[in-house]
Amino acid sequence: MHFLHGFLLFLEVKMKILVIGGGIVGSLLTKELSKYENIDVTLVEANYDLGAGVTKANSAILHGGYDDEPSTLRAKLCARGNKMYDDLVDELGVPVQRTGSLVVSEGNDGDKKKIIELYKRGIANGVSGMKIVEGEELRKIEPYLSPVFKYGLYCSSAGITEPWIVAINSGRLAESNGAEIMLGDRVVGGLVRNKRAVSAVLNSGKKIQADIFINCAGLYYEEIAKYFDVEVEKVLLRKGEYLLLDKAAKQFVNGVIFPLPTKMGKGKLILPTIDGGVFLGPTSEDLKSFDPEDLATTRNGLEEILKSSDELVPGISKFNWIIKSFAGLRPETEGKDFIIKRDEEISNFITVGGIRSPGLTAAPAISEYVINEILNGQMNIKLIKKEKIVERIPAKIRVREESFERISELIEKDELYGRIICQCNQVSEREIVDAVHSGARTIESVKLRTRAGFGRCQGGFCTWKVAKIISRETGIELEELIMNNENSYLLEGKVR
Amino acid sequence: MMKGINTDVLVIGGGAGGMAAALSAAREKSDVILLERENSTGGVLNQCIHNGFGLHFYKEELTGPEFADKLFNEMTLDRVNIISESYVSEVDVENKTVRVLSPDGAYEIYAKAIVIATGARERPFGALMIPGDRPSGIYTAGLAQRFVNLENRLPGKRALILGSGDIGLIMARRLVLEGMKVEAVVERMPFPGGLLRNIVQCLEDYNIPLYLSHTVTKTVGRGRLEKVEVSEVDENYNPIPGTEKIYDVDTLILSAGLIPQVEDISDSLQLDRVNKGYAVSNSCETNIDGIYAAGNNVAVFDLVDYVAAEGWVAGRHAALKSKGGENNTEKYPVIRGKNVSILVPSYIDFNESLRLYLRISKPIEHGRVILKELNIEKKFVDGVPSEMIQMVLNKKKMELIREKGGLFVEVVEDE
Ligand SMILES: Cc1cc2nc3c(=O)[nH]c(=O)nc-3n(C[C@H](O)[C@H](O)[C@H](O)COP(=O)(O)OP(=O)(O)OC[C@H]3O[C@@H](n4cnc5c(N)ncnc54)[C@H](O)[C@@H]3O)c2cc1C
Ligand SMILES: Cc1cc2nc3c(=O)[nH]c(=O)nc-3n(C[C@H](O)[C@H](O)[C@H](O)COP(=O)(O)OP(=O)(O)OC[C@H]3O[C@@H](n4cnc5c(N)ncnc54)[C@H](O)[C@@H]3O)c2cc1C
Repeated sequence: MHFLHGFLLFLEVKMKILVIGGGIVGSLLTKELSKYENIDVTLVEANYDLGAGVTKANSAILHGGYDDEPSTLRAKLCARGNKMYDDLVDELGVPVQRTGSLVVSEGNDGDKKKIIELYKRGIANGVSGMKIVEGEELRKIEPYLSPVFKYGLYCSSAGITEPWIVAINSGRLAESNGAEIMLGDRVVGGLVRNKRAVSAVLNSGKKIQADIFINCAGLYYEEIAKYFDVEVEKVLLRKGEYLLLDKAAKQFVNGVIFPLPTKMGKGKLILPTIDGGVFLGPTSEDLKSFDPEDLATTRNGLEEILKSSDELVPGISKFNWIIKSFAGLRPETEGKDFIIKRDEEISNFITVGGIRSPGLTAAPAISEYVINEILNGQMNIKLIKKEKIVERIPAKIRVREESFERISELIEKDELYGRIICQCNQVSEREIVDAVHSGARTIESVKLRTRAGFGRCQGGFCTWKVAKIISRETGIELEELIMNNENSYLLEGKVR
Repeated sequence: MMKGINTDVLVIGGGAGGMAAALSAAREKSDVILLERENSTGGVLNQCIHNGFGLHFYKEELTGPEFADKLFNEMTLDRVNIISESYVSEVDVENKTVRVLSPDGAYEIYAKAIVIATGARERPFGALMIPGDRPSGIYTAGLAQRFVNLENRLPGKRALILGSGDIGLIMARRLVLEGMKVEAVVERMPFPGGLLRNIVQCLEDYNIPLYLSHTVTKTVGRGRLEKVEVSEVDENYNPIPGTEKIYDVDTLILSAGLIPQVEDISDSLQLDRVNKGYAVSNSCETNIDGIYAAGNNVAVFDLVDYVAAEGWVAGRHAALKSKGGENNTEKYPVIRGKNVSILVPSYIDFNESLRLYLRISKPIEHGRVILKELNIEKKFVDGVPSEMIQMVLNKKKMELIREKGGLFVEVVEDE
């Protein structure tokens, strides 16, 4: 009966929290919640792996934090989140590269004003490492930048990461600390009684009761809110398309290169990816209707990207370097700011919605905000840290990133390190088997976790090997395997 | 402890090119190591279970695996040290030191000469910039071939094939024979990418339509592929609005070209701008002394016989080099003229006869290959880019190249 007068009884009973949605936001939050003695946290994610929603398709930039108005949550949490990534490197073993970012302009008076404005905003937001750069200095930072650009804002604290690894590894650490993670099941309804959210109904038929519900469902946050009679701001979807270039293009790009921002956003960029490739994009197109599964690329979009990236770094978009195109969706809201609040009516329901850019950067600070400001502050819950927790997940070994001598030692103990499955990214069988043993069941999961199939052949050489390893390790028949979602089966069946 | 192994000749890659190289080097009485990253040699031959290999090299018609087996057996007899599941991660071309990762350990090999025969990879779907969804059911032909021929699994029920390269044509027939419906083969160019005999034997005999100057302009499907949109293209390969046609297929097979695998091995080796493979001489030597290359990583060849012949040359010269026998300071350029796309070799030296391979850049009904410096012409009829033209010149005929300082190769179109 604890949920009736709930929050005062925290000492005697564990409080059950259900986090809905395992993107980067929900996963990091679950990880943090799992560190408390008096909380019992469960995370439900509709996809077969964490971080496979918006968190999978974006620019992966850790923004400095100079873009947003100082009064907004976006500004506050972005600058703070950026700094918190240093700890995530240690705790979750996520890769972070502080490549720096450079906003470039042609340097006329209007441009200069805008750059200076960004700089000032950055100072107000507490961003570190900013510097206005001119002329030759720009070229020192990005030697292949088009000569038309003469004036810019450099920010050394900006960088890049591997967003889904943040989510996946958060999930792993959370599990080590007692959280329950449910993958491949979605919330399809909610039960509300006396203005309190009581339970969530899952697609599998399961019902999950909880004391507190936290909506981190990304593009679907309105749907979840509706199940629990919560009114939220409407989201509009804005598509961003990308092209991924081969590692060969990396020699032309050092860090994140932005044009001057416009009303539609931060513009189409050029930036390195964490595994050594280059991203071009994203575009910015509003979807006509609400369709959160519309991840289709368009001819116009892709052509736009080629054109604009050539303006930034002439010659970057060589046809032979293009290895992939894809799209992501931004959850835009009228108010433009992150919506992180406890509902006024349904008081045990917390909304974490409208998390658009810089959502990745802000995500660790969003968890902190939910815990400190809402749970602790507004809801007056006294959270007690567990005496003993698993502090970090064991470092994952990537053969590609180890020295030859170290690989030699590894193979001596375990020959699977010496069997290279993904040739483009040098991923060993051990890494793939480990990914499967830690929960990867789909081709895409293995890809996200190990980078097998992310390289220049895009899985042409290794997909069948990965498929066979998953099948061998789990007993799932080859023809039952899927790429990512339920309908994405790989094979039809046996040859006659 | 890390191991180190010495050898005369090291061959990287165990496809047709690498096996032929290893065998010929061994016949020159060199110590030969062949490294193959897969668990057996053969390369793409392993999955080509159709006939049509070896007519020149072995003077009999074999299937891919038969051709590979023959080479393998000969290599074994000639005591080539074949090390499979060995992935070459780094090559120091100056010092001829190679780093290898394998289940048996990470080790280095020090060679006196190296033949690189790493083959080609298929152009992936992502490289084609086709707009639309990204569902499952989109396969490169090689991957589909792998699933069907070696894993006994069918990719789907109804397929469309994009690209009329040989692999695509052969897959079209294979899929029909295995019980799939193949709706069509579509090709962006106004002419087919594969050999004529494959068009006849794989498409016409099975009533599979081939649409030239057409391409896939959209993929639809949020889990599995459900539809593809095909459009006609104009002479600049831009889709013509209004020509869209929808095919209800769950499988899209890509045969959109092969790309020589030259990355990650070394940055010091020169590439040919058009072939996109290593720039080599007629003795298959690269710009670095003692480093040779042969096969699809030099240029995409249409016949395994050519690949094997080139591998053979590469292996022999690598062996001679390893014994200190050969010095190639004298090299003359081969220059592309009109209507020539793929052209091998890029240089000419005088340690070997000249085997010239070229592809014309468009179909030509009546034409001539002209080697001006040598006063040589070769007439051809019904030339197509998919069929390589080969010319062989002996050393005596080559003398003029030295005098002229190079060789210019052009193709003229006759009425
Ligand atoms: C094009 C683009 C570029 C961007 N670039 C950057 C950038 O460079 N830097 C940056 O900081 N930010 C960037 N962002 C923003 C950032 O990607 C997002 O803010 C962030 O990924 C949001 O994470 P999330 O966890 O809120 O959402 P998601 O990752 O979408 O997670 C929500 C999860 O909820 C699950 N879910 C939904 N409904 C249900 C249900 N009923 N039951 C169970 N689970 C459910 C979904 O499957 C999903 O996994 C970009 C965004 C886009 C679109
Ligand atoms: C589907 C298909 C059908 C064909 N049909 C015909 C036909 O009917 N008749 C005909 O004559 N020809 C045909 N061909 C052409 C012919 O088979 C090929 O041109 C030839 O086999 C290529 O040989 P290769 O040695 O250059 O490359 P591959 O066979 O690709 O061999 C390269 C080898 O190198 C290995 N390797 C690559 N990188 C590394 C590394 N870093 N470390 C270790 N090993 C490495 C690879 O695993 C591979 O085994 C066909 C080709 C294909 C693809």
